[in-house]
Amino acid sequence: MTSPVTPAARGWTPSAHEVERRAVRRRLRRRGTLVAGVATVVGLGLLVTVVVLSPGWPRVQETFLSPYHARQALPAIAEGFLLNVAMFMVAEPLILLLGTAVAVVRGTTSPWLTPLRLLAVAYVDLLRGLPTLLVVFLFAFGIPALQLQGVTTSLFWLATAALVLCYGAYVAEVIRAGIDSVHPSQVASARSLALSQSQVMRFVVLPQAGRRVVPPLMNDFVSLQKDTALVASVGVFEALFAAQDYGNYNFNYTPLLVAGLFFVALTIPLARLTDWLGRRVAERERGGR
Amino acid sequence: MSAPLLEVRGLRKTYGDRVVLDGLDLALDAHEVVCLIGASGSGKSTLLRCVNLLESVDDGEVLLDGREVTDPEVDPREVRRDVGVVFQAYNLFPHLTALDNCTLAPVRVHGVPRAEAVERARGLLERFGLGAQADVHPDRLSGGQQQRVALVRALCTQPRLLLLDEITAALDPELVGDVLELVRAEAEAGMTMLIATHEMAFAREVASRVAYLHAGRVHEVGPPAQVLGDPQEEATRRFLRRVLPERPPGAP
Repeated sequence: MTSPVTPAARGWTPSAHEVERRAVRRRLRRRGTLVAGVATVVGLGLLVTVVVLSPGWPRVQETFLSPYHARQALPAIAEGFLLNVAMFMVAEPLILLLGTAVAVVRGTTSPWLTPLRLLAVAYVDLLRGLPTLLVVFLFAFGIPALQLQGVTTSLFWLATAALVLCYGAYVAEVIRAGIDSVHPSQVASARSLALSQSQVMRFVVLPQAGRRVVPPLMNDFVSLQKDTALVASVGVFEALFAAQDYGNYNFNYTPLLVAGLFFVALTIPLARLTDWLGRRVAERERGGR
Repeated sequence: MSAPLLEVRGLRKTYGDRVVLDGLDLALDAHEVVCLIGASGSGKSTLLRCVNLLESVDDGEVLLDGREVTDPEVDPREVRRDVGVVFQAYNLFPHLTALDNCTLAPVRVHGVPRAEAVERARGLLERFGLGAQADVHPDRLSGGQQQRVALVRALCTQPRLLLLDEITAALDPELVGDVLELVRAEAEAGMTMLIATHEMAFAREVASRVAYLHAGRVHEVGPPAQVLGDPQEEATRRFLRRVLPERPPGAP
């Protein structure tokens, strides 16, 4: 079919009525922006006023917001933070792989795979239920104690493995929910194209599931980024440990806040990036509708 | 003379560079049934989506009872309360039973007491031959049953205007009749309807007028016997030749 663009259409100019309507839309938009601005300033202003006027504020300011101590502790915290970054850069792809594998295994129906399915269920039930800190301890101190040949004794790697196992269980459940949310008609139409079970999963179900689970996955990943601080408990000198260390010597908690800022500075841009990616995909797929 | 129930004036809608509606005019009086015909992409669905404000328009206006509803200051929900829509793909809510699909809007939007809404919905479902399916979820129903539930859902809010968007396009031929029978009954009961359809025989039978859409405008409009039987415009004739079965020469 030819495109219904007629010469008259190309030379189209909005009618006076449409011009007026656009002005109204603009006015409504401006009003919305104004309301948003005023509400934000008033709301946040009240909050700040309450905190700053509280009787203990000067003391809090001194112990938590000291620029001097922030500067002093900064290099050690920054160095430690590199460890946190390395840890979750390694852990996140592994978690994604492990979680997807476990979710897919739980969805299989072949009788041959029953032992694998049972293992997957047991793994998720167990690792989700155990406190992450306990798993980190078990790995960091238990595995070296076994004195196995060829197994690393590096606390960094052992702790990372513990985090991967813990978060893999969470992520597996998130992905399973995503898989279940894909409408059966999608599977039916993919099967009718003679795609194999695994092809259906890989080319039709997982891509759709993946898109839907991005927000909860982000939740788990942000949570993981924070939980890399748990390895401080087995003596890995990451950001939070460095901050605590400084605080214990100088009786000031400012470094803890500085470490917190490092974490936030990483997760907020990541959240915006995934929002943006998701919006772009949605726009492309929904077309004009 | 009172204003028409629905009036569309100079409606324009574009998606990027593609002009879908290009200065379309159409008016419907109360109790009229107008069938929109035309090739796919001629803007039938877009017109319906503009009327119930699912799409913003680029120019022109839509008036209900003489009141402009394309005004940005009009609350679209207020308009949609009075306008029922049935979509080609049914669009039932899969997590609700047939009955709950039908009572959602009456209870939550129109403030109808639950018992009354249930009674009304059950009555309509019964009348549409779906009495036994009221407590079943949509995915367990056949296409024809789903589409009838969708019709009931639209009727349960007692709309003043009903928009039907190719409601039989996704149905098996033997199911089409059931659905159209119900639409015909509604037409006879006096419901005002704007119907996008490919069913020429149906249009001929129920429509008070048929409008042929072409290049984003109403190209020809008139009583079905005229537009379908003796079209004045060459484009209409060409379209009808494509969609109507050949008549054997010499047949009455």
